[in-house]
Amino acid sequence: MSDGTSLGKTFFAGIWDNNPVLRLLLGMCPTLAVTAAVKPALTMGFSVIFVLLFSNIVVSLLRHQLKPHLRILMFTLTIATAVTIADLALKAYLPDMSASLGPYIPLIIVNCIIIGRAEACASKNGLVVSIIDALGMGAGFTITLCILAAIREVLATGKIFEIPVMPSAFTPWAAMGMPVGAFVTLGLMLGGVNLISKKSA
Amino acid sequence: MDTVQTLILGFIGIVIVNNLVLTKFLGICPYLGVSGRIDMAFGMGMAVTFVVTLAGTLTWVIDHVFLVPYGLEVLRYLCFILVIAGAVQLVEMYVRKFFPPLYESFGIFLPLITTNCAILGLCLFLNLWGIDSLLEAVVLSVGAGVGFTMAICIMAGIRENLELADVPECLQGAPITLITAGLLTLAFMGFAGMIR
Repeated sequence: MSDGTSLGKTFFAGIWDNNPVLRLLLGMCPTLAVTAAVKPALTMGFSVIFVLLFSNIVVSLLRHQLKPHLRILMFTLTIATAVTIADLALKAYLPDMSASLGPYIPLIIVNCIIIGRAEACASKNGLVVSIIDALGMGAGFTITLCILAAIREVLATGKIFEIPVMPSAFTPWAAMGMPVGAFVTLGLMLGGVNLISKKSA
Repeated sequence: MDTVQTLILGFIGIVIVNNLVLTKFLGICPYLGVSGRIDMAFGMGMAVTFVVTLAGTLTWVIDHVFLVPYGLEVLRYLCFILVIAGAVQLVEMYVRKFFPPLYESFGIFLPLITTNCAILGLCLFLNLWGIDSLLEAVVLSVGAGVGFTMAICIMAGIRENLELADVPECLQGAPITLITAGLLTLAFMGFAGMIR
């Protein structure tokens, strides 16, 4: 159960086979909302990794004590505590970023990825598997967010990490920075993933 | 007269101009998941409207009566999520008792309203925008629900017609729904700047 190869498989499942955004369609709200630029996307990704790790560890340790009808409530309270910690830390150390992300950090509480992993993995598995699963899922989420944000930032402003990368003749596509850019880019990305997995199958 | 004007502007603003689904990306999961048929979408919209009205009002009261005066802002997220979970439980029991067929057709989606970001999002926005009258908080909460219902019903109408369209194989299902949603937000951008 906990030998090296299956742990590696658990980790990489989160990145490709069970990628939370591209395959399971979970956590769409932050995916669409914070990906106008790479920096907020990266901050969001790391906050989600922290919360996911915290909740998976706590739920995994508590899994024998959980009563079925109080399970979801316990998950939610654990997650809300972790998010409060993350929110206060961001406010203290990255105040500008915290202000620009606004309500989307507290909204991690209702991010389906986290409660989904608590239910599907941490409440059934031991500590090590839960930690690896949290890291894999978190990494998959962060990578997807960064790719989406990089595409949108380059096309909307011609910059990446606020460094110009496009030739000066490039006309920025204003629409990419707006909600429409988020929806359409993610739609096309999902289409691309479907195409790749069909080819390789 | 002034308050009435603020209230009307706020209501129109949150339904059309700052629609939570189309401009703030809140409540995307049910928006994509339950928008297959228009009657389901309308039922979902009504349930969300009810919960968001209750939750928005209650969280505003709790925030202003308990948390802020006693300096307990740290507990804000915990309280909000508990209130929402309680409100959803209430709706679930009510629907199960008085409308059993509707309860059957909702299935898993009713408890999932708890994790609908539109509801927690609205509670947080009420706090962020510094709404300081109870009446305004209630009006904005109802408006958020109406806006959600409108968006999900428009989407369901489009998707019912989309079933007859010839969509490329790899774009079927979620991808084409997302692209449709994108075009819909483009249409709603026409309202931007009308208020505020």
